[in-house]
Amino acid sequence: MVEALTIVLAMGVTRGWRAALTGTGAALLALAAIVSALGPALTIVPIHTLRLVVGALLLVFGLQWLRKAILRASGWRALRNEDAVFARESEEARAAAHTEHAGLDWYAFTISFKGVLLEGLEVAFIVLTFGSTQGSIPLAAAGAAAAAVLVVVAGVVVRGPLSRVPENTLAFAVGVMLTTFGIFWGAEGAGVDWPGSDASLPGVLVFVVICSFGFVTALRRRRLAFA
Amino acid sequence: MRRFAAFWWDFVVGDDWRVAAGIVLAFGLTALLAATSVPAWWLMPLAVAAILWVSLRRAAR
Repeated sequence: MVEALTIVLAMGVTRGWRAALTGTGAALLALAAIVSALGPALTIVPIHTLRLVVGALLLVFGLQWLRKAILRASGWRALRNEDAVFARESEEARAAAHTEHAGLDWYAFTISFKGVLLEGLEVAFIVLTFGSTQGSIPLAAAGAAAAAVLVVVAGVVVRGPLSRVPENTLAFAVGVMLTTFGIFWGAEGAGVDWPGSDASLPGVLVFVVICSFGFVTALRRRRLAFA
Repeated sequence: MRRFAAFWWDFVVGDDWRVAAGIVLAFGLTALLAATSVPAWWLMPLAVAAILWVSLRRAAR
C-alpha cells in the first residue's frame, strides 16, 4: 500500500490529481469486483480443499515477502527507499508525452491504475484467503480497507511518500504471519492433525520467527565473510 | 496472452520458482505421510524452513 501511495503521489504532483485519482478509483473498483466475484465462489469449496489451496497460496506469498525482508535485513539486498522511488517516478512522469483519452491524462491514469491494482492484488488475495478460511470475507475486506485509509491519511498528513515507515520490518512481520498461517492451514488441508489443534498455531509462529531471525544472522555473517 | 501469463507467473511464483515447486512437493509428502499412522505435523514446518534457507543461500551469492 505504501508503494501504491508513492506512485499515486508522484503522478498527482507531476501530472495532475484528476487523472491520478481517477486511475486509483478505477483500480479500487476492479479490486472490489475481484473480491466480490471470487468470495462467494470460494464458500462452496470443501473446507479441506480450501485450506490446502489457501495454505499453498499464503505460503507462496509469505515466503516471497519473508525472503525479500530477510535479504534486506541481512544486507544482501538494498532497503527500499520511498524518497528515491518518488523522485524516479516523478522524473519519468515529467518526461512522458502528454496524451489525452476521455479527457484524462492517459499516462497518469494508467500508471496510477496499474500501481494500485498490482499492489492491491496481493491484498485482495490475502483478504480472500483469510476471509474464506475464517468464514467472513466482509470482515477481512473491512480490515484491508481500514489499513488503506490509514496509509492515505498518513500520506495526506506527511504530504509526501511515507519514507519513515519501517517498511522492511512490516514486510518481515507480514511474511512471518502469512507463512505461519500457510503452514498451519495447508498442513490441515493435506490431512495433518496438529497436536492440541489450534493451540499449536503459536508454536508454528515461534518456529517461523526463530528460523527467520536465525537466517538473518547467518546471512549477515556470510556477507561479512565475503566482504 | 503471453504477457498475461507472464504476469500471473511472476505474481504467484515470484523470484524463485524453486520455492513454489518445493511447497507443492512438501504438501505432497505431507499428504502421503498423513495417510499413514505416523504423525505428519512436523514435516511442513521443517520443509518450509529448508525451502526458505536454500532459496536464501542461492540469492546470497
